[in-house]
Amino acid sequence: MSLWEYANPRKFMAWTAPVLPWAFGLAAVSLTVGLVWGFFFTPDDFRQGSTVKIIYLHVPAALMAINAWFMMLVASVIWLVRRHHVSALAARAAAPVGITMTLMALFTGAVWGSPMWGTWWAWDPRLTSFLILFLFYLGYVALWEAIEDPDTAADLTSVLCIVGSIFAVLSRYAVNFWNQGLHQGASLSLDAEENVADVFWFPLLVCIAGFVALFVALVLLRTRTEIRLRRIRALDARSARA
Amino acid sequence: MIALLRRDLQLAVRAGGGFGLGLAFFLIVIVLVPFGVGPEQTVLARIAPGILWVAALLSALLSLDRIFALDAEDGSLALLATAPIPLEGVAVVKAAAHWLTSGLPLVLAAPVLGAMLSLPPPAYATLVLSLLVGTPALSMIGTFGAALTVGLRRGGLLLSLLVLPLYVPTLIFGAEAVRRAADGLPATAPLILTAAISAGTFALMPFAAAAGLRVNLR
Repeated sequence: MSLWEYANPRKFMAWTAPVLPWAFGLAAVSLTVGLVWGFFFTPDDFRQGSTVKIIYLHVPAALMAINAWFMMLVASVIWLVRRHHVSALAARAAAPVGITMTLMALFTGAVWGSPMWGTWWAWDPRLTSFLILFLFYLGYVALWEAIEDPDTAADLTSVLCIVGSIFAVLSRYAVNFWNQGLHQGASLSLDAEENVADVFWFPLLVCIAGFVALFVALVLLRTRTEIRLRRIRALDARSARA
Repeated sequence: MIALLRRDLQLAVRAGGGFGLGLAFFLIVIVLVPFGVGPEQTVLARIAPGILWVAALLSALLSLDRIFALDAEDGSLALLATAPIPLEGVAVVKAAAHWLTSGLPLVLAAPVLGAMLSLPPPAYATLVLSLLVGTPALSMIGTFGAALTVGLRRGGLLLSLLVLPLYVPTLIFGAEAVRRAADGLPATAPLILTAAISAGTFALMPFAAAAGLRVNLR
């Protein structure tokens, strides 16, 4: 009995079936609570007014955009090392969710930047690195789509994901070198002196939890779809041969 | 490895198109820029470092899909895979040949084109130096991209989508070095970082490229 047994497609289907509704439920509840709490029951910021409430979508989306890529990296490494098909499919399933999160972070950021910085877009290090991350996601998905043989595609996209991760981190620090930013620094760290005030912090935590649950639920759902797709293809191939 | 390098260079020079094409493309991009932004010297001098670097990037991209595609077509890639040198070595040689035929000509031509864009005089040495230490990274990263897409029939467009984001750090440091030199600032730090990216890619990327080749040759 080891952890890896859960990567068996049949076992994976078995344990995700009951988990899935709970994940979706948790996402729905915490997003509803977090957003309603954040939007209607927190005070306006004394400088930013009500635009501060974009934080409840912007921060969790940005967080998940990065973590989705990280999850893809872990899944890719598992696929390359242990050849678990579910792992490759999970990486594939996470990519479009990650793209959506990246776009959401960029879009809410633009909506927030417009009244606060007086511009929709600035070539700020953080904004730029997110745009680069978006391009990495696009390349990754495009490579998956372009290759017909699923195992070849899984191998090549895994290699791309690992190389891309290195370059994404490199770009993240390279852009710091290139331009100074408008974006504020980290203000949610547990050890920092100055952080977001508690009134905003608690509903934000709930929203982050909601986004995590939503991400998990969507990735599980999409992975299940991919597994079923794989099965249908196998059945088709078998009936074509018969 | 040297035999392979000589073979690749001879193919690039003799078998039509590959050698001068990247350089001509570089020239055309540089010529087009003043038409686009207007002929004012101050504006051109201001954007020259970035334009030169972006043009170098694009012309490196132009010849990438030739790195492995022709060899894959006529089967010599399969022979190389069974040859006594490891595929990692093949990737390094391919990248080196690509650099010698597309990167090095750019380095040599860059000062002339810099003059056309009225780049400030103190920046010439840095421009040449930054391209000299930066373009090898472009070739090596491109070789990796070419290795990933070698099995695809229409991989060219996908190749640019995969490779261009990977070029970002090199571009940032390379162009920053020239920009600093143009403004009269010391440019050592970005130059060293550009060189570091080249050295790092040549040390690590061959493994990734060879992994991609192995999958595609399976």
